[in-house]
Amino acid sequence: MAIELKMPALSPTMEEGTLAKWLVKEGDAVKSGDILAEIETDKATMEFEAVDEGVISSITVAEGTDNVKVGTVIALIAGEGEDAASAEQVTADKPEAEAASVAQEKTVDAPAPALKDETPKPVKTDPAIPAGTAMTSLTLREALRDAMAEEMRRDDRVFVMGEEVAEYQGAYKVTQGLLDEFGAHRVIDTPITEYGFAGIGTGAAMGGLRPVIEFMTFNFAMQAIDHIINSAAKTNYMSGGQMRCPIVFRGPNGAAARVGAQHSQNYAPWYASVPGLIVISPYDAADAKGLLKAAIRCEDPVVFLENELLYGRTFEVPDLDDHVLPIGKARIMRQGSDVTIVSYSIGVGMALEAAEKLAGEGIDAEVIDLRTIRPLDKATVLASLAKTNRLLIAEEGWPVCSVGSEIIAICMEEGFDDLDAPVIRVTNEDVPMPYAANLERATLVNADKIVAGVRKVLG
Amino acid sequence: MAKTPAKKSAPKKASVSGDVARANRERPAEPVPYKASKEELLEFYRQMLLIRRFEEKAGQLYGLGLIGGFCHLYIGQEAVAIGLQSALTPGKDSVITGYRDHGHMLAYGIDPNVIMAELTGRAAGISKGKGGSMHMFSTEHKFYGGHGIVGAQVSLGAGLAFGHKYSNDGGVCLAYFGDGAANQGQVYESFNMAELWKLPIIFVIENNQYAMGTSVNRASSEDQLYRRGESFRIPGIQVDGMDVLAVRGAAEVALEWVRGGKGPVLLEMKTYRYRGHSMSDPAKYRSRDEVQSVRDNSDPIEGCKAYLAEMGVGEDELKAIEKEIRTIVNESADFAETSPEPELGELYTDVLVEQY
Repeated sequence: MAIELKMPALSPTMEEGTLAKWLVKEGDAVKSGDILAEIETDKATMEFEAVDEGVISSITVAEGTDNVKVGTVIALIAGEGEDAASAEQVTADKPEAEAASVAQEKTVDAPAPALKDETPKPVKTDPAIPAGTAMTSLTLREALRDAMAEEMRRDDRVFVMGEEVAEYQGAYKVTQGLLDEFGAHRVIDTPITEYGFAGIGTGAAMGGLRPVIEFMTFNFAMQAIDHIINSAAKTNYMSGGQMRCPIVFRGPNGAAARVGAQHSQNYAPWYASVPGLIVISPYDAADAKGLLKAAIRCEDPVVFLENELLYGRTFEVPDLDDHVLPIGKARIMRQGSDVTIVSYSIGVGMALEAAEKLAGEGIDAEVIDLRTIRPLDKATVLASLAKTNRLLIAEEGWPVCSVGSEIIAICMEEGFDDLDAPVIRVTNEDVPMPYAANLERATLVNADKIVAGVRKVLG
Repeated sequence: MAKTPAKKSAPKKASVSGDVARANRERPAEPVPYKASKEELLEFYRQMLLIRRFEEKAGQLYGLGLIGGFCHLYIGQEAVAIGLQSALTPGKDSVITGYRDHGHMLAYGIDPNVIMAELTGRAAGISKGKGGSMHMFSTEHKFYGGHGIVGAQVSLGAGLAFGHKYSNDGGVCLAYFGDGAANQGQVYESFNMAELWKLPIIFVIENNQYAMGTSVNRASSEDQLYRRGESFRIPGIQVDGMDVLAVRGAAEVALEWVRGGKGPVLLEMKTYRYRGHSMSDPAKYRSRDEVQSVRDNSDPIEGCKAYLAEMGVGEDELKAIEKEIRTIVNESADFAETSPEPELGELYTDVLVEQY
C-alpha cells in the first residue's frame, strides 16, 4: 500500500512551485524527519520532510520541474509491510485534498453577508434614588475611595495594586485609608514597572481574582497598553468565551495643570476603539462612585478614566448602602431644546458652565454626559439630536480621531434627517501640550470656546 | 547516550565572583534524573510520541492549506513539556506559555481532536475556531494559553502565581517562554516582583537556540540564560531539555523549592526545534547538518526509547504504541477536516461577557 507524497504549500497563498531538487532517490529508505526534496517559490526555498516511514517506490515529478501545483502527487512511499496505520494514512489523505479545494471554493463564492451585532441591548436606566435619601458632599477622590472600599468589603477577590497605593496612601490620595482597613495583602505597592504589574493584574484576573490596577496617570499606561489590549481585551474572544478577565485599570487621564506634553493626554479615544474593552470616564462624584462599583463587579475588562483636576472637586452623592449605576448609559445633565452639547469627564463641567452663559442669551442648551465611552449610548445622543436638531461635542482632548469624531459619524449615519446644521467638535488644539501658562490656556477647551461653538452651530 | 551539550548547573566550587555571591544564599538542591517506573516511562514515551506525530500531521495539514496563518511546531522539544507537566498536580497548578502551545496542551491530556480542530479553524475547536494555533486555552485544566506577544505570558504567569498566593490554594504556576522572550523587558519586571513577593512560580526558558532566525549568541549578551534571574536573587538551573528524566528531575527540585514558599525558580531547558520557527521559515540561518546531528544524537524520543530498552521493553510494545498514536492523530485530522466552520453568528459572540 503506497503513501502518496503531495506537493506541499509553503504558505497559505502558495498555489504552485518548483521542485528544485530531490535529496532521495527511488529505493531509498526514509523515516520521519528526513529531508526529501527542496521546493522553491518566488519567495523562499524550503525543505520538504518525510512524515512517514518507508521506501521511496516511485518519484513521479522529476527535479527541476516548474509550476508544480500544490497537491500534485510527487512521489510514492511503499509503507513498511501492509500495516493498517499506513493504509489509513492514504484514505485519510483523500478527504484532505477534497476539503482543501472545497474550502478554497467557499472563500471565492461566499457572498459578503451583511453582518451586524445582533445581541439584544437591554434598556438600562439609573436606579431611582428613594425620596428622602440624604445627600452627602464628597470630593471625587473620596467617592472613588469609598467605591473601592465598599467593593473590597463585599468581595474578598477584589484587591488594589499600583505605584504608591498603599503606604503613601495614593499619589493623588485616591486610595487613602485602604491599607489600614484591608492590609498589605490586598493593597499592594508595586515597583515602577507599569508593563509588569499590568500583566500581573491581568494574569490574576484570568486566574479568578478581581484586580483594581491603579496607574499613577494613564500617560504611564502606554507602557502597559499591550496587556490592556492584547491580553485583557482580546482573550475572552480568542478563547471562545472560556477565559474571562474581570479587571479594572483606573487612574487620572487628560490634562492636569502645567505638567507639559508627556503628562497631559486624553486616552479615551484610544481605548474606546478597542472591541472587548469597557471604557468609562465619569464627571461627578456620584457617577464616579456608582460606575466604579459597577466596573469592579463587571465580568469584562474596564478602563476607568478619571481626571486629576476633578479629584478635589465636591459633589453631592446619595447616601445609599449600595449605589451602583448601569454601564453604557449616558446621563442628561441639563434639559434643553435649542442645541445639544455632548461631553464627558471634565468637559461636562465646562459644558454646564457654557449652558448657563447661553441661557443668559436666551439659548436653551441640553447637556449630555456620555459617562461610558464604550459601549457608547447612541440612543440618548440620537434622541437628543431629534429634539434639538443641532449638536456639538466638547472634548478635553485632541480633535483628530477623537470621541467627537465618532459622535459625528453616528449622527451622520443614524441621525442625518434630524440635522439642521453640521455637527462640530470643540476640543483642545491639535498640538502637544505646551508648558507656558498662556499657551496651555490657549490649547485647552473651555466654556467660552463651547459658547462660541454653539453660536456657530446655531448659525 | 549523547545529549545536547548542557552546561552543569550551579558549579560546586565558586570559581567566578558571581558564584561567590551566590554561595551565601540558599539554593535548590542539585537535580538528579528522575527514577521513573516502567509504566511512567512508557507514558512519557507515549505522550512525547503523540506530540511528535500530532505536530507532523499539523505540518502536513498546513501544507495542504487546511491550517492557515502562523503554525509553530513543537517537534524536538517534547521532553520539556512532558517532563515538567507530569510533575504538576492537575486542578491545582497552572500553566501558561507563548504561541508554540500545541505540545503543552497535549501534555495536559487535552483532547487532540479539539486542538486540531482549532488549528483548522472549526467550530469544534477548543476556542470555537476564533483563536487558532497561537490562542488556545483550557481553564478546566488551568491551562491559560496560548499568547502571541513574545514575553507577555511571563507577566501573566506571575499574575496567576499571585492568584495562587493570594488565595492560598497551594498551587504553583509554570510559565514557559523562549530564549527570544528572555530578552523582553517585562520578563525582568516580572522577575523582580515575583521574587519580591515570593510568588509560587517556575519560570521555564525553553532555550531552543533560535529566536526565529537569530541564535542565542547573536541576541543575548549573557547566553547562559539560567543566570538571567540571579540579579533578582532567583536561582537558576540549567537542564538537558532533550532528556525527559533530567527535565522531570529538575521539575521535582523546582517544585519543592517553590512549594516551600521560597519564591520563584528559573529553569533553563536546553532544547532544540527541528522545524523552522513557523511553517513559513526557510531555515537559512542554520545548517542541515546541525539539525541532523541533534536528531541523530539527542532526540528526546529516541533517548526515551533507549531507557525503555534498558528496562526490557521490547520493540513490539513500542510498535503497538506507535500504531495507537497514529490512529489518534489520524482521527484528530479527520475530525478537524470534517468539522464545520463556525456559524457566521459567532462573529459577534464572546466580545464581551455581559450585555450593556
